[in-house]
Amino acid sequence: MHSRLQLQSTPSVAIEVNNLGVSLIDGTTIVSEISFSVLEGQILALVGESGSGKTTIATALLAHTRQGAKISQGEVNVAGLDILKLDENALRRVRGKQVSYVPQNPSTALNPLITIKTHLEDVLKTHAPTLAAAQQQARIINTLKDVELSHDHAFLNRYPHQLSGGQQQRVLLVLSFITRPRVIVLDEPTTALDVTTQAKVLLTVKKLCQSYGVAAIYVSHDLAVVKKIADHVIVLYGGRIAEKATAADVFSHPQHPYSQGLISAIPDIHLRAIPMPIVGNAPSLQSRAKGCVFEPRCKLATLTCKTIVPPLDKIDTGDDHVVACHNLSRQTDPFSFNHHTETLKSRVIQLGTQPPLLEVKHLFASYDGKQVLKDVSFHLKKGECLALVGESGSGKTTISRAIAGLNANAAGGLYFKGQSLALAARSRSAAISHQIQYIFQNPYQSLNPRQTVRQTLLNTVRHYFPDKLKDSDEIITAALIRVALDPGLADRFPKELSGGELQRVSIARALVCEPSLLICDEITSALDVSVQAAILELIKSLQRNGLSIVFVTHNLGIVRSIADRVLVLKNGAVVESGEVDTLLDQPQQPYTQELINDSPSIVDL
Amino acid sequence: MRAIKQFFATSNSQINLGLFLTTFILLLSILGPWLSPYQAQEMVGARYSLPQTGVLLGTDYLGQDVLSRVLHGGISIVWMSLASSLLGLFLGVILGLIAGFFKHRIDQVIIWVADIFLAFPHLILVLLVVSMLGRDKWLIAITVAIAFVPGVIRLTRGLALSISKHEYIEVAEMMGYPYHQILLREILPNILTPLLIHLGTMLSWSVALLSGLSFLGYGVAPPEADWGLMVNENKGGLQIQPFSILIPILFIALFALGANLLAEGFGRKFSRISESNKHA
Repeated sequence: MHSRLQLQSTPSVAIEVNNLGVSLIDGTTIVSEISFSVLEGQILALVGESGSGKTTIATALLAHTRQGAKISQGEVNVAGLDILKLDENALRRVRGKQVSYVPQNPSTALNPLITIKTHLEDVLKTHAPTLAAAQQQARIINTLKDVELSHDHAFLNRYPHQLSGGQQQRVLLVLSFITRPRVIVLDEPTTALDVTTQAKVLLTVKKLCQSYGVAAIYVSHDLAVVKKIADHVIVLYGGRIAEKATAADVFSHPQHPYSQGLISAIPDIHLRAIPMPIVGNAPSLQSRAKGCVFEPRCKLATLTCKTIVPPLDKIDTGDDHVVACHNLSRQTDPFSFNHHTETLKSRVIQLGTQPPLLEVKHLFASYDGKQVLKDVSFHLKKGECLALVGESGSGKTTISRAIAGLNANAAGGLYFKGQSLALAARSRSAAISHQIQYIFQNPYQSLNPRQTVRQTLLNTVRHYFPDKLKDSDEIITAALIRVALDPGLADRFPKELSGGELQRVSIARALVCEPSLLICDEITSALDVSVQAAILELIKSLQRNGLSIVFVTHNLGIVRSIADRVLVLKNGAVVESGEVDTLLDQPQQPYTQELINDSPSIVDL
Repeated sequence: MRAIKQFFATSNSQINLGLFLTTFILLLSILGPWLSPYQAQEMVGARYSLPQTGVLLGTDYLGQDVLSRVLHGGISIVWMSLASSLLGLFLGVILGLIAGFFKHRIDQVIIWVADIFLAFPHLILVLLVVSMLGRDKWLIAITVAIAFVPGVIRLTRGLALSISKHEYIEVAEMMGYPYHQILLREILPNILTPLLIHLGTMLSWSVALLSGLSFLGYGVAPPEADWGLMVNENKGGLQIQPFSILIPILFIALFALGANLLAEGFGRKFSRISESNKHA
């Protein structure tokens, strides 16, 4: 990359941001003191968890804020023009032409009533009206070729819903690159995609930026993805820059305690370790600390951190490496990944030959008249964690729902503790159904918004164990403590809790049922990385206490950190299964190999 | 609980006016008989005589005191409209919840019957029943309620359908909670807000329907006093003694307007509260 750029003339600065600040109308700061610049052809990643202000900064680069907020100070210079000083008309000419934007969710970003061709022509008509028709067509075809999309008549006349998610995202890339902008802002463009598709889209973005000399601002919460693509990384926390460095520096020796925590919190396919959570929750806009924003969650915090905002200081070791922390000198041992050195004795061998807790035999299922499961069989022992892995549409959620008795169109044999299990939850006796509990992906819809945590848990106790009702207070308190929640939260409503807390309450509700099998359906995919690590830790500890777990996920890093055995699924059938380390280190099937190769990782091999 | 607190903390002129109007009409119709200077059927002067001392709003087509008849004539329309709206809501919500939660066959049958009912204009349906079975007040209220049921079913079913996709309903289903608990404890509280707004709308519809019925001569029977009926009775004297018609029309309009404002104000308020909660 560097050699390439040196061959060309020295790249000039494409975008320069100085002291950018965005606040709510009432003056509450959302982000402040954001300064950076990006060279042509380079990619800068803005990394942070929810509430860090990354999307706010991204949209501010197009002089836009969400309703109720305003850009309070700073300048954004693109091609010698301060975008923040432009009026609406001038802005309309700059947006899309000089600075373009790729949104997060491709399925809602394209107009469903307009063909791909019309989408592309509209953009050119607006931003390059002087282009002749033939040149227009040539530009469209070239850019489509660049992103490896077909450019024949049939494809151009398709409507957005006729494309796959990856194709839709590529069309969006074409839309933003076709005007040959100087800067492109990508807001989590691959979050909605499968790993394999994601890997290909990332490669395309990198290639396009280099060949057209476009500076890219890449917003993401996923450090592993960032490592694949970015030249520079800015780690954001609480609306401020915590650390800014080259990608290599951030991943090899992160300096800010938050960056270090974030990196340790990522479950990685190449690390045999349980990720380490960062204690606490990200602060809301109103509850940010006066001094260093990270102080309440920081292990190194001192009195100075409480009162004085740390300035961004340059570090001697890396070039252009700045960190906002008072305690850099106090960090003695250099940061390292927590590799597991000891060889863990395989849990699968430890569990031995005891009879399986759950057996699935020749399970078939359909959804909307389509066959989504074809003859799936597997078993699960007491205390074992089995991961179901596959891309979207592989049938992993269908299996877990069938076990829970939520799929009306399932057929086949389910055996629980040696006894046949009814396929519909309603036909199961309470003595059985309390033992199988399901945790859903979306914590925000898993709890009845009109019931307090206590009411939710109480209803469960009343339903399954009416004779224990007199001890309900103790049961509820014990369950909340077991999921590491303050029992004082019992009288809160779901909307007063954070995503991580809600997911813990969902787990507490399952624990109140005294289950022996817990089905976890992508339970961390809606959560921040640091919170995800804490939930994984909790699940792992429950497993150590003898709970069996079926863990559905698309993230192989999570699989490595908590699963004992893995079932790889494709198109509703089992492709490969086996013990976790064996399967991930020596995959036998090409599909498994592809999944593993496409999984983003933070470790250099 | 917080939503309720938030609700009373901020004032809203639309709701306040609606609240004021409905309370005013309610009090007037309940306390009216005690306040009125004469009996409803008492002849106090010549036919269609204009306002004068002792007869503040003049007399009607028989020479009865208009003020007294207005004060006596509110209660029937108020209780009938309230009863029919509440009853319609109750029946519609139960059927709508069942249709929206159980789906499939049950849903099809309920929606099919509701659609047939919906095809009749409300007024025609009520006129048909009343002309066949007589003009008993309870019968009229129940018929109006039944006319409302299909609309409530449609609304409730749609809301229940979208709520029952949420995971907490699946949890309840998986745990095997009894059906009445899922319907009444898990789903109903979450769809109550739009239903209450619909209740306000139904209230104003039923006021219009019931007073229209009286005007057509199918509602409250003379000599009893009733606002809708008064408009019919005195329509011949509009140019001679306009108060005998305009005053009952005014009160009908105020009641309908109040109910409508209340419904709309509540609607806006709740959507704003849920929005602000989303941002928090």
